[in-house]
Amino acid sequence: MRKWGFIVGGLLVALLLAGVVSNFASSHPDGLDSSLREGCTFDANDEIIGGSCPAQQAREHEIGGPLADYGIAGVDNDFLSTGLSGVLGVLLTFAVAGGAFWLVRRRDPVSQEQTDTQRFDPATTSGG
Amino acid sequence: METLAMHISNGIINGPVAAVFAVIALAAMAYCVRRGRQDLDDRLAPMAGLVAAFIFAVQMLNFPIFTAGVSGHLLGGALAAMLVGPWVGALCVAVVLVVQALVFGDGGVAMLGLNITNMAVIGIVVAYLLIVLLLRVLPRNPAGLAVTAFVSALVSVVVAAMGFVLQYQLGGTTDLGGNLTGLASTMAVSHLFIGIGEGLITATTVVTVAKVRPDLVYALRARKPAASVTVPTVGGVR
Repeated sequence: MRKWGFIVGGLLVALLLAGVVSNFASSHPDGLDSSLREGCTFDANDEIIGGSCPAQQAREHEIGGPLADYGIAGVDNDFLSTGLSGVLGVLLTFAVAGGAFWLVRRRDPVSQEQTDTQRFDPATTSGG
Repeated sequence: METLAMHISNGIINGPVAAVFAVIALAAMAYCVRRGRQDLDDRLAPMAGLVAAFIFAVQMLNFPIFTAGVSGHLLGGALAAMLVGPWVGALCVAVVLVVQALVFGDGGVAMLGLNITNMAVIGIVVAYLLIVLLLRVLPRNPAGLAVTAFVSALVSVVVAAMGFVLQYQLGGTTDLGGNLTGLASTMAVSHLFIGIGEGLITATTVVTVAKVRPDLVYALRARKPAASVTVPTVGGVR
């Protein structure tokens, strides 16, 4: 089916990006993080060794978990750890989002509840 | 150990302000579910799942920006708004943030409301307003679509970053001497560059999807019928 062909193709691209390309991502702090680190100095292990900055107030994450920081606890190979966590993340996100959207989707294409200013126009629902 | 935190961590904003934004985010997402249901048909639902999964993937791809020590990554608001519309798009970004906070330890769970407000609410609102405006004035061709995607992505990222500065003003845990100019300017400058990256990724993705399956681009689908109708409901299936 045409629709599912596109979805499967798109998922493969996402899996490739999260599973492989992610290993070539920059490991520098992002725009938010670096702004919060402004004013502090860091050692080679990324520990704050001086100065004053908002990042000093950062607290532990409530959950952490085996996939924390986009790796898999216990997998020592960085490439594998990052890649696998990315693959799991893509599949999980697709399952959660796709599943939830499928459950709440509109079953009746000509539903007229909550009619607002705009008149129902059959042309808008066709097209594919 | 690399730092891979991409979103607001615990402790950065105080509890009461985080709680207020949790309520705001929850209310906004509930409204998005209500409005988004009208858009979610058998065709859009799997596409929206794919958009969320794609945003998760691309958010992992930090790219270097202007200085050697800073990176940036996609936020995804403009991309989601263009492909699946503002209501479902906001929900896509929110799902990604929830998965990241609950499973990947990225962004405090207590900070979810702040992160969702910035990226799924502010980012989407700004992006979608620009998308509606630009698609009306720009030529209907791939270049017009690319410019729309690029500009809406760029601007939405910078405004979303300012959302954080506002939150920090309200509940930041480090006393910056009442002067947030420094924080605001580093956030603005870094996110201007991140926005350029976001714009390029968004434009490339949207133009590619438009070439392969134009019927799956919400922003294009909505244009013809909406052109003669009222402004606020542009893009809705109804």
